[in-house]
Amino acid sequence: MSEGLKQTPFYDLHLELGAKMVPFAGYDMPVQYAAGVMKEHLHTRSKAGLFDVSHMGQVILRGPDYETTARALERLIPMNVLDLGVDRQRYGFFTNDQGGILDDLMFANRGDHILVVVNAACKDADIAHLRKHLEPAITVKSLDNRALLAIQGPAAEAVMAEYHPRFADMRFMDVDTLPIAGAECWVSRSGYTGEDGYEISIPVAAAETVARALLAHDDVEFIGLGARDSLRLEAGLCLYGHDIDTDTTPTSASLNWAIQKARRTEGARVGGFPGADVILNQIENGAPHGRVGLRPTGRAPMREGVEIFANETSTDAVGKVTSGGFGPSVEAPVAMGYVTADLATVGTTLYGEVRGKRHPVEVSALPFVPANFKR
Amino acid sequence: MKFTEEHEWLRVEGDIVVVGITEHASTQLGDIVFVELPEEGDTVSKDDEVVVIESVKAASDILAPLDGEIVEINEALTDEPSKVNEDPMGDAWFFKIKPSDLSQMDEYMDEAGYNALIG
Repeated sequence: MSEGLKQTPFYDLHLELGAKMVPFAGYDMPVQYAAGVMKEHLHTRSKAGLFDVSHMGQVILRGPDYETTARALERLIPMNVLDLGVDRQRYGFFTNDQGGILDDLMFANRGDHILVVVNAACKDADIAHLRKHLEPAITVKSLDNRALLAIQGPAAEAVMAEYHPRFADMRFMDVDTLPIAGAECWVSRSGYTGEDGYEISIPVAAAETVARALLAHDDVEFIGLGARDSLRLEAGLCLYGHDIDTDTTPTSASLNWAIQKARRTEGARVGGFPGADVILNQIENGAPHGRVGLRPTGRAPMREGVEIFANETSTDAVGKVTSGGFGPSVEAPVAMGYVTADLATVGTTLYGEVRGKRHPVEVSALPFVPANFKR
Repeated sequence: MKFTEEHEWLRVEGDIVVVGITEHASTQLGDIVFVELPEEGDTVSKDDEVVVIESVKAASDILAPLDGEIVEINEALTDEPSKVNEDPMGDAWFFKIKPSDLSQMDEYMDEAGYNALIG
């Protein structure tokens, strides 16, 4: 074990299953198991992968009633929290005064409270941000007593339905509280792979029991962070700190869809979140750069940091890869990154510079693989 | 067969040396998805970067183990990089080099020495 790294409740199980552990956001996490990234990726797309995401932050926001809590959270995120139905979840992000993104997150209306799930690397800052702006009216409680698993892939529904028939009835972004192997689990039908699946919050004391029960199914294998990254890249999903950060705005990140009408110009509750001036203006008028899919036409992967040029000889870069690698399901290299708005049209040929040579890359629609959500 | 600390193997065939990477190296690299080879006729110096390998995780270089001329490359690897995982010690050789000084081979390890290195 590396010095000073935190462990999730599944640490011993990862080692038992032959995981290769690496430091990630202050945790000792499994990057892959014996099968390796490629097989783990393809297993998730064909059967079901189980992911330990317990390093992520689970936070409960509780006020006198849902409306008060929702209105408070709307001061920090440009989403429509108020009208989110009971037992429904939504994607969102904290913004800063410049219109940049502090972190992305999921939030769920759980009746009398809101459950927020944030990225591991940002969770301390996020919790401090929430406390600073919401307390004392709203209680901000970080849950250190719950683990988080995701089960993703076409076999996930059949596996989960063995524990309770209601799992099969859930639609994409529904949330529910149901038992698995005797433990009370908070479950959402969502994930980070582009596949159908569930994210499962489990009391720490029951975490290993639930994981072993799920792993007992023939179709379920533990999957490491390596395949998690290639799966989400093919699904066109942003990784905070890479594809989005404080220097990217929602519009530049192609995330306008996540900002509901109620918070936009002429909406019922226009603005009122950090950076609203910049963000609402860009929704109307566009941003100078845009996040796009990039498909190298050759075989060489283009990884994070590769500079993008308009042609083979131009001196100034027009963009940069923010995530890239090989897409095992696409069977070719895939990437995403930012390019100037005039070049962000699907089908445009640009050039990525790898090891001093320029290789053609095509601006491409995201996702690279069709989403399999149960809508 | 001789081995370098960079996890290459070298097999002498007459006045030619065939170069590949070891089973240990291919396992450590993970699933290989891209191989860029030098060109036949290239003159290279020892420690020049002559091959690029990319796995799902990262890019790595293979260094020329000897001074000499690249006389043949294994073009099949360009189309099927995964061969490097399947048969690193056999079919998935990278290139053949005609060394200008075959005595440069003397500094490299034998199999027992290499096995001791990788533990």
